[in-house]
Amino acid sequence: MSNVLAIQKSFQDDLSILSVDGFIDAHTAPQFEQAVQSEMDAARLRIIVNCEKLTYISSAGLGVFMSFIEEIREQGGDIKICGLVPNVRQVFDILGFPTLFDLVDNVDAAVRRFADAPPRDA
Amino acid sequence: MAALQRQFTLRVPSSTENLALIRELVGGVGAQAGLDDSDIARLEMAVDEACANVIEHAYGNDSSKEVVVRATFDDEVLRIDVEDSGCGFQPPTIGRAPLGQLAAKRKSGGLGLQLIKSVMDEVHYEMEPGIKNELHMVKRIRKA
Repeated sequence: MSNVLAIQKSFQDDLSILSVDGFIDAHTAPQFEQAVQSEMDAARLRIIVNCEKLTYISSAGLGVFMSFIEEIREQGGDIKICGLVPNVRQVFDILGFPTLFDLVDNVDAAVRRFADAPPRDA
Repeated sequence: MAALQRQFTLRVPSSTENLALIRELVGGVGAQAGLDDSDIARLEMAVDEACANVIEHAYGNDSSKEVVVRATFDDEVLRIDVEDSGCGFQPPTIGRAPLGQLAAKRKSGGLGLQLIKSVMDEVHYEMEPGIKNELHMVKRIRKA
């Protein structure tokens, strides 16, 4: 069976990069939720979720994005999602996520998107 | 000659840690039925969502309960039935809420059912709460 879920955190200037490896389903979604929550708790609100090694996501994982995005944006931050493989990307597309989230090819593109939208003054 | 029909039944304790195992086994059945990789991924997703609903909502994460997944296929279609004896639920009859509205309310409820209906060719429920609830799903097998 493939790797369950490992989340590696790194930083680039004021950006937090969460690199997910494995799958996010109803079992592992709480682990992902905790990772995003810890960035919010640390007031690191410009978050890139690197999904290059994400093999599967269910509605439980998508629900984590949904539950945070409004609050993060209200506080001047954002979540950019990058590196989706085709079978994972189709889940985002089916539910219409491209209308609500910035989905880009890779971390560099996500960094550029953030550079185009500097942090809002509190 | 009548088409050969194959049947598989999987019974697993009602725990989310078994979802990966369910996906893997259902994916194997899908491959044997002749689905392509894209449809196998969609099948795994639909069954995962159905079983997660049972585990979390029908059984309230009670791992002493059992989730039953039945798969039957012939040359034309793959049928999946997910069975539980939990509390059941009222299937939504209204259209899906716009994603932005759900996000504004910090809600993600119903996304799983939307996914199931989006990726399977037929979906319907039979509910007898506390006795037997069944979600029936059909995936037509596309000929190469």
